Amino acid sequence: MSTTVPAPRMTGVGRVLVIVYAVMALAATGRSVVQIIRRFDEAPLAYSLSAVAAVVYVLATLALVLAGRSGWYTVAWVAIVFELTGVLVVGLLSLALPTLFQHETVWSLFGIGYLFVPLVLPLFGIWWLWTHRPAIAPQSAGVTA
Amino acid sequence: MILWFTVVQIVVAAAAGLFCVALGLIGRRPSDLSVGALAVVEALLITQVVVAIIGPLAGNPPTGDLLEFWVYLVSAVLLPAGAVLWALMERSRWSTVILGVAALAIAIMLWRMHAIWTIQIA
Repeated sequence: MSTTVPAPRMTGVGRVLVIVYAVMALAATGRSVVQIIRRFDEAPLAYSLSAVAAVVYVLATLALVLAGRSGWYTVAWVAIVFELTGVLVVGLLSLALPTLFQHETVWSLFGIGYLFVPLVLPLFGIWWLWTHRPAIAPQSAGVTA
Repeated sequence: MILWFTVVQIVVAAAAGLFCVALGLIGRRPSDLSVGALAVVEALLITQVVVAIIGPLAGNPPTGDLLEFWVYLVSAVLLPAGAVLWALMERSRWSTVILGVAALAIAIMLWRMHAIWTIQIA
């Protein structure tokens, strides 16, 4: 990406990353809304987790779109690392303590209900952030994939 | 939901998805063909909305959670439009891939919607 562009738009393969995050955000938010409206009292912990996951996906999507600015770049890192941690921790817990996770969340069993996209996506996100730092110095590390 | 119509939609969405992803990966930018494919998916989804409204009134009620169903369907209807907008902001090969990703997501959502309508017990 040109170093003369102060806040480069998301380009190339990064835009695919954004749309997948947007679909996950849509899916997670939709699921969370239904769970909370319908049966929050059945599993308040699991469904609160669902809500947090949805917020994280929305935040990650937004932050990735704006990741050319260093503030949002940091937010994107935080959101994506949080997401990766979430899917790994909830994945492991849902295997080790299945009774705690009777009720499906986005991250249950490493996101099996979403074709493991929640597991793979943050890795792709981390790769993208690593290779697309915002241009803050004359030498730009940004690469348009 | 009506089984044969769901099958048609899933086949069309999956085909459009694979088609657009393949076109994108070989370097094609969005064209009438790829955007058109998504337009067809969208048109079918709008028809699905009508079918879903009429269904319960015509003796085809869902067994599953209606709220969950409609959240899926509304999301699905919004997705092609959103994806086309996002994809066409930059006309690259990846834009075509984005169209494909959206279509594939819709195929999956349709399958889930059918499960909610016919299998899930509310």
